[in-house]
Amino acid sequence: MKKKDIDRRKFLKILGAGAVTTTAAMYGCKSENHSATTEHPGNIPTDKMTYRTNPTTGDHVSLLGYGCMRLPTVPTAQENGDDIDQEMVNKLTDYALAHGVNYFDTSPAYCKGRSEHAMGIALSRHPRNSYFIATKLSNFSPDTWSREASIAMYRNSLKELQVDYIDYMLLHAIGMGGMEALKGRYLDNGILDFLIAERKAGRIRNLGFSYHGDIEVFDYLLSRHEEIKWDFVQIQLNYVDWKHAKEVNPRNTDAEYLYGELTKRNIPSIIMEPLLGGRLSNVPTHIVGRLKQRRPTDSVASWAFRFAGSPEKVLTVLSGMTYMEHLQDNLRTYSPLHTLSQEDKDFLEETAQLMLKYPTVPCNDCKYCMPCPYGIDIPSILIHYNKCVNEGNVPQDSQAENYRNARRAFLIGYDRSVPRLRQANHCIGCNQCIHHCPQNINIPKELGRIDQFVEQLKQGTL
Amino acid sequence: MLRKIRLISAFACFSLITLLFLDFTGSIHTWFGWLAKIQFLPALLALHVGVVVALILLTLILGRVYCSVICPLGVFQDIISWLAGKRRKNRFRYSPALTWLRYGVLIVFIIALIAGIGSIAALLAPYSAYGRMASNLLAPLYQWGNNLLAYWAERADSYAFYSIDIWMKGAATFGIAIGTFILLAILAWRNGRTYCNTVCPVGTVLGFISRYAYLKPVINTEKCNSCGLCARNCKASCINPKEHAIDYSRCVACMDCLGKCHQGAITYAHAHKSAVTKKTEDINQTRRNFLTITSLFAATTLVKAQGKKVDGGLAVIEEKKIPKRTTPLTPPGSLNIRNFTQHCTACQLCVAACPNQVLRPSSSLSRLMQPEMSYERGYCRPECTRCSNVCPAGAIRPITPADKSAIQIGHAVYVYENCVINTDGVRCGNCARHCPTGAIQMLPSVADDPDSLKLPVINTERCIGCGACENLCPARPFSAIYVEGHQSHRTI
Repeated sequence: MKKKDIDRRKFLKILGAGAVTTTAAMYGCKSENHSATTEHPGNIPTDKMTYRTNPTTGDHVSLLGYGCMRLPTVPTAQENGDDIDQEMVNKLTDYALAHGVNYFDTSPAYCKGRSEHAMGIALSRHPRNSYFIATKLSNFSPDTWSREASIAMYRNSLKELQVDYIDYMLLHAIGMGGMEALKGRYLDNGILDFLIAERKAGRIRNLGFSYHGDIEVFDYLLSRHEEIKWDFVQIQLNYVDWKHAKEVNPRNTDAEYLYGELTKRNIPSIIMEPLLGGRLSNVPTHIVGRLKQRRPTDSVASWAFRFAGSPEKVLTVLSGMTYMEHLQDNLRTYSPLHTLSQEDKDFLEETAQLMLKYPTVPCNDCKYCMPCPYGIDIPSILIHYNKCVNEGNVPQDSQAENYRNARRAFLIGYDRSVPRLRQANHCIGCNQCIHHCPQNINIPKELGRIDQFVEQLKQGTL
Repeated sequence: MLRKIRLISAFACFSLITLLFLDFTGSIHTWFGWLAKIQFLPALLALHVGVVVALILLTLILGRVYCSVICPLGVFQDIISWLAGKRRKNRFRYSPALTWLRYGVLIVFIIALIAGIGSIAALLAPYSAYGRMASNLLAPLYQWGNNLLAYWAERADSYAFYSIDIWMKGAATFGIAIGTFILLAILAWRNGRTYCNTVCPVGTVLGFISRYAYLKPVINTEKCNSCGLCARNCKASCINPKEHAIDYSRCVACMDCLGKCHQGAITYAHAHKSAVTKKTEDINQTRRNFLTITSLFAATTLVKAQGKKVDGGLAVIEEKKIPKRTTPLTPPGSLNIRNFTQHCTACQLCVAACPNQVLRPSSSLSRLMQPEMSYERGYCRPECTRCSNVCPAGAIRPITPADKSAIQIGHAVYVYENCVINTDGVRCGNCARHCPTGAIQMLPSVADDPDSLKLPVINTERCIGCGACENLCPARPFSAIYVEGHQSHRTI
């Protein structure tokens, strides 16, 4: 009897230890949206960064720009709560500066409004002339359209960033809401004139705008270039949007056109969405294979960065780097940049065409739509859907070859990615999110479509 | 040998029935659902004559093997008693039967059943008692284990396990389950099968029959040296060694005594007419009081959606509260409330099986522990018929998804005051979009202004009461549309 007891205890001990190791081993297996990998271990050079020159101010801007929209966070005690991981932000900023990155792009709206403050803390630890700071006038909400509210927002940016001048100031997300929003936000209230005056006074060193959506607004603002003198313009450019922007999203315009218009006027371009919100790093498996075959040691993301950095009039390419691994991978790509050859470009064009065969929703996880007043987790739903599209888990009908596995993966993954109360079936279609989306996605319609698909999977009526 | 057969089959039955209460995927039921259906009381309530006759015949031939093998509560007590026996051997002793108590409880039980007081019946019935312990005390542990596996599976990008919500389905029933467990564990630890032979109504009925069983343990008085070892190992305390007599109404045919007897004096065989004497003495203690625990629900405060100025973040979602329903909702297949309460043994099998978090034990006194429906956490989904397929007692009759789509268990009621078109001034229509029967249409709130916000209009004839509208309504804590139950279900 005694012997038996000891055996059992021993057994439990082994079992417990086994469980602990398994957990430890599996911890960190979770795949991330942006999957930059450390494929070249070894050192990252600190003095090889490619720089571009700003034609008006002569600024030497690093080709890699730090996007501060996806700063690292740590969860807090309350449900769904998080805080900016300031320690990590400082570490990332120091590392970026040490490896030649000198352009930091933020906004009063980013990271639930906490990005400017965090970057102010991180950057103020360095000499003011060692970095360029870019921020935006993010007066989206109509109650901030007034002259006073907009100016207060601008002054608050200076305070949060702990600076007395802004290097690159942007009218934020021009084109969303069409000409009407442009007039309401910048023209009728005289804010554009105010910003031009601030530039004259030296508190803004470069004035530009970031563009999303309605091409009429883009053309209109460029038509006034002679008078306003835009110092730069921020556009969405990547190897899919170059020629196929309309296929990704009917309201977008090909980057080839946008870049061409800017180059014609000798306006430098700043590139956003080089990875199309991570969708050019998290690609279908056979695309990974295709890219790896051509350059086995380069990351999938590096192709997109090389594409965005190759045009000469590109001043800097922004990447919202949450993790050190993303930063390191991007530093490798641009220290220095290996420009794409014509064959490389053709290869990427073919790749883009292959990717377009996957009917993903053009969500870039920018979270501009959030928070939804009814608690829906919009980006998580769309990202889960896109993930399933890329992994082939969106069956066409119940006769599909992998129907049972795909159904299970879609439904279980859905519950894992999005809490039940925040899933698409709770969208009431109030349409409040629509005009916040820089990609102009008809969010309620897409959510309705996904909800219907989920219903069909659950009821087995696909 | 006989004891080994009993042990193996009891263990198999016990684990499989327990799995019925633990399994939330519905796969075990396909294979072993019949184990719940051969339980005596559910079969009796479901009027499964075949099963009842078979069980009576079984008892007439072999004695109360039902109590030793098929009844999960009996096996549960055996396990506790076996654990106690590891500490102290030969601990039982003969005690006379408490006949008046047994028959008293049986009469109360029968009256309760006839009067439709399901809660008293559920308190006494063995299968119900086991069911509430398994589903209230064991199932959460099982589910936590599953969620741990699901957590690992998620880390490994596997879809083998999925996480499920664990929630307190009914505080009163949970409290009673704990009470039942403690009481039975103490009784079994100290005296083995006390419950089975004094309280259990099924035990009393089968005990009455088993007196006339063809095969039973018999003491060969020629071999017996009156050492009393058999009596000290009889968990039913039914062997009187002085008189060489066994009280067959209490013997559960466990076969323990057969092997214990050094003289080989006890055999399991047909007993030739030999007088079985028994005496009754008055005994005092009977106790059964249960505590009802009420719990407080901490209500989360609703953070009113503010004008959006920054990116990201999630709005706080307030928990839904149960609306006041004049008529309770019973699952499709239960025909009407009367049929439901009369047949239900409150075994919690359907509550454990419900994947949509709709069924939970009632806390109302007349239907205590019997399941009722509510839609705060989910709704009665069109493709699901699990509760109707698992019910062993005929309280919920088996239906197909096609039947279900036409069974009206209640109808939706609209409350304008709660509706977001009134409180938030936004358009919605989520109820109409999710109505599986198309019973809701959206019409302008101002009759002659087609651009005014639309409100739902319910065609109660087409409404089946599934609760999709109530569950998916954005109004919180009380939905702007809720389902009122019907006394009798109808097919539309």
